[in-house]
Amino acid sequence: MEIGLAHYLTVSAILLTLGIFGIFLNRKNVIVILMSVELMLLAVNINLVAFSSFLGDLVGQVFALFILTVAAGEAAIGLAILVVYFRNRGTIAVEDIHHMKG
Amino acid sequence: MIVSTLAFYLFAAITVASAFMVISAKNPVHSVLYLILAFFNSAALFVLLGAEFLAMILVVVYVGAVAVLFLFVVMMLDINFAELRQGFLQYLPIGGLIGIILLIELILVVSGWALSPEAIQVAAQTTPTVSDKTNTEQLGQIIYTQYAYLFQAAGMILLVAMIGAIVLTHRQRPGVKKQVIADQVYRKPEEAMAVRKVEPGQGV
Repeated sequence: MEIGLAHYLTVSAILLTLGIFGIFLNRKNVIVILMSVELMLLAVNINLVAFSSFLGDLVGQVFALFILTVAAGEAAIGLAILVVYFRNRGTIAVEDIHHMKG
Repeated sequence: MIVSTLAFYLFAAITVASAFMVISAKNPVHSVLYLILAFFNSAALFVLLGAEFLAMILVVVYVGAVAVLFLFVVMMLDINFAELRQGFLQYLPIGGLIGIILLIELILVVSGWALSPEAIQVAAQTTPTVSDKTNTEQLGQIIYTQYAYLFQAAGMILLVAMIGAIVLTHRQRPGVKKQVIADQVYRKPEEAMAVRKVEPGQGV
């Protein structure tokens, strides 16, 4: 059986769903939420690379490269904020983070 | 042909299974390790798709930098993770509902979707895809010419992220002794040492 575009799109759809599911499932743990966001970005990258490969258009891979860059920056900033928050408050429970609610 | 089919199913299955373990593992350290496994297997999927450069970048950037950063933070913070897992099952129905709805929608999109032949031609026209060049060479030829400004912007994003992370986490603690080079340079021999005449049998 030939592996087509739909196979890769299905894998990436499942990965994206798992990422969203993970955000809801681990609502208290910011670290796992960040990891779920990484999973969703990975799904998007698989999508882009699959389209780029099957359409013969390299621009998709260029875009995937930029998404990779943004994902790396986002992880670094997110974890830095997490470390600072933990240093100040001693916890990272999501429910306690409501100081800017007003 | 059969080998690549089998390889796709193997890598895709391991990717999905480890992604599931990322969100369901009890220990966040295990989550990070499963995340690394998922990244490795999707890098293998990229290789199957012919995107070798992105596959290697995925391994280097994600596994080498992002996942290790996660591992650092998980191990550095002293958090009671069992406490954070309370109410895990409480969000299962709503999360599962949203996830299943989304998955059904995505599958409907994937299955009921067709590409017009002209779109393929148009896409193939815009970028020269010469098959005798490697993937890395092709990517380099369009990144450094057509997308040079965007490439620079990506570099700026990384720089800003690096500076932001350093500024956020850097703190000056009082009472910490540090080396001050200027003081060391400006130190004179007269302040540092004294010559004493020691009489025999008396000591200093």
